[in-house]
Amino acid sequence: MYNYSDFDEAFVRARVAQFTQQVERRLDGSLTEEEFRPLRLMNGLYLQLHAYMLRIAIPYGTLNPNQMRQLAHIATTWDKGYGHFTTRQNIQFNWPLLTDVPAILGALADVEMHAIQTSGNCVRNVTADHFAGAAADEVEDPRPYAELLRQWSTDHPEFQFLPRKFKIAITGSPNDRAVTRAHDIGLRMHRNDKGEPGFEVMVGGGLGRTPMIGHTVRDFLPVADLLPYTEAVLSVYNTLGRRDNKYKARIKITVHETGAAEMTRLIEARFAELRPLFGGNDQVLLDYIRAAFAPPSFRNAPVDGYDAFYKADPSFRAWADTNLATHRHDQYAIVTISVKAHGETPGDATADQMRVMADLAEKFGHSDLRISHEQNVILPHVHKSDLPAVHAALVQAGLGTANVGLISDIIACPGMDYCALATARSIPVAQKIALRFEELQLEHDVGPLKIKISGCINACGHHHVGHIGILGLDRAGVENYQITLGGDGTETAVIGDKTGPGFAYDEIVPAIERLVRAYLELRSEASETFLQTYRRLGLEPFKAALYVAEGEQDAA
Amino acid sequence: MSRSFTPKVVTANDLRLGDVVYLKADDQWTRLHTEAELIDDEAHAQMRLLHGAAQKLLVVGAYLADAKLGPNGPEPTHFREEFRTRGPSNYAHGKQADLSNV
Ligand code: SF4
Repeated sequence: MYNYSDFDEAFVRARVAQFTQQVERRLDGSLTEEEFRPLRLMNGLYLQLHAYMLRIAIPYGTLNPNQMRQLAHIATTWDKGYGHFTTRQNIQFNWPLLTDVPAILGALADVEMHAIQTSGNCVRNVTADHFAGAAADEVEDPRPYAELLRQWSTDHPEFQFLPRKFKIAITGSPNDRAVTRAHDIGLRMHRNDKGEPGFEVMVGGGLGRTPMIGHTVRDFLPVADLLPYTEAVLSVYNTLGRRDNKYKARIKITVHETGAAEMTRLIEARFAELRPLFGGNDQVLLDYIRAAFAPPSFRNAPVDGYDAFYKADPSFRAWADTNLATHRHDQYAIVTISVKAHGETPGDATADQMRVMADLAEKFGHSDLRISHEQNVILPHVHKSDLPAVHAALVQAGLGTANVGLISDIIACPGMDYCALATARSIPVAQKIALRFEELQLEHDVGPLKIKISGCINACGHHHVGHIGILGLDRAGVENYQITLGGDGTETAVIGDKTGPGFAYDEIVPAIERLVRAYLELRSEASETFLQTYRRLGLEPFKAALYVAEGEQDAA
Repeated sequence: MSRSFTPKVVTANDLRLGDVVYLKADDQWTRLHTEAELIDDEAHAQMRLLHGAAQKLLVVGAYLADAKLGPNGPEPTHFREEFRTRGPSNYAHGKQADLSNV
């Protein structure tokens, strides 16, 4: 993986020293909160409901074992023994004291990590396909491009005060696992007629208050044009984006108001100006970065042990069926570690669990770990013969849940248990749904089904692109949950449809159960997924199931 | 006392700890909602908010939150403020754990 250059190292250390002094000056009164707030936010430090929260970037979701161990160390030394992985491939600590944050940032710098640009109106952590470099369907590992974008966007003088925050996601596969269509810029790799790799560039996607699917502004961008083109998009947005209204400031509104065709024209015109200014140093740097992402030296060993174990052990088989994905090397598998044990908080890992995952990555996974936007942890390269040992160790650590892609593999944002912006809780709703379906023993029968929950309109829980989306609102001083159906975050992305009136906190789990039971009745065969059934039949039959109880009550 | 005015407490977060605090009638900050000063006059509420917000070396983000009188003192009326008196629902962290011996 990429290691910091001397420049990166010095830059991050300087920022830690700066912030240490800023905290001191806040505490002795030489900085007011109004002055300090933007400074702490630039270093990822938020004030939430009950405490400060530190958001740390995990660039393109990639961690090495030492970094994971350092996160465990931070969790036990300065927090409450756990961390929360987010949909933005960040990790959040929910309980740091202000006075400890400089030490935490120092500990992060020791392992080449930081919390810079995890807040503010700048280019945020660049997210990527969590199977990058391992997936069988991949055109190319997208992470060198993500790293190039990270270096270019970090402290970029022109783009520190954009109209609003800016999120870039990248996938190296035609199958989109990085929700690229719901980002300010989405980059999806594919090959042109000549077989050369390039990007489909999508602009103006985003969830939140006004959910939109990105528009394709370029079908095929040669990889060498990535930086000037991205700079052109940001430059047009920086000029046109609305600074007068926070709710209209994201690029999706700029695209909407300007029109996709005009936006494309402006971007291309700006690109024509910028392209000649890139003299090739970016490509030299890219080559250097590429070398750091060279694939591991894969082992060549028999896999019969795996096959025999798979046949013999039903619990291993269940886990293998849900939690493994196809690796490009046929002796290998991609392991998704579910950080979603039934009844636990989605995305929360204890320090002990982090250490177990770090050890497993070191011993069996070519020292590579990934964090997915779905709040799970990935071991991207595990030789199949090692899978039984990996599974056994995971089960021991409470990480062996066989539910990836199933109904209990829920995305949930922190919601009103932590987040100051929340209008309702999301975590306990996720916990209750997972426990209910475990009790019913239904989830394997139900099959692939993505539930995504947000605690407010900002949609950090991606509810719009959940097959079932749940949005927590405050309706007249009471928590109320609105349901959307048929959302999809992949290359066939769509925003889900609203079903109708929301449900009270106590009613939301039964409502979800009615929906799922309706699906089981309606599906044409066991292999037809929830999303396929929804696409075939539309909203009505699900709506009927959802509001039936209410109708009956009215009639009574 | 104005009839239409919903009683309030002044609340904020502790600058160093981040923990939720409430302003008492004696000008001290408390971590217990029940010890807060329940303010039932709008003009007085504004004065108390200014007083609380001015303590910049102790607290951050002071604001007025609706409250009502309960058997043990002031209680929140909105669920958000209720959560702030306790901590999160997924772990016994925050006030519900820290203050359980108080
Ligand atoms: S969706 Fe809302 S409640 Fe959830 S984390 Fe984002 S801002 Fe907070």
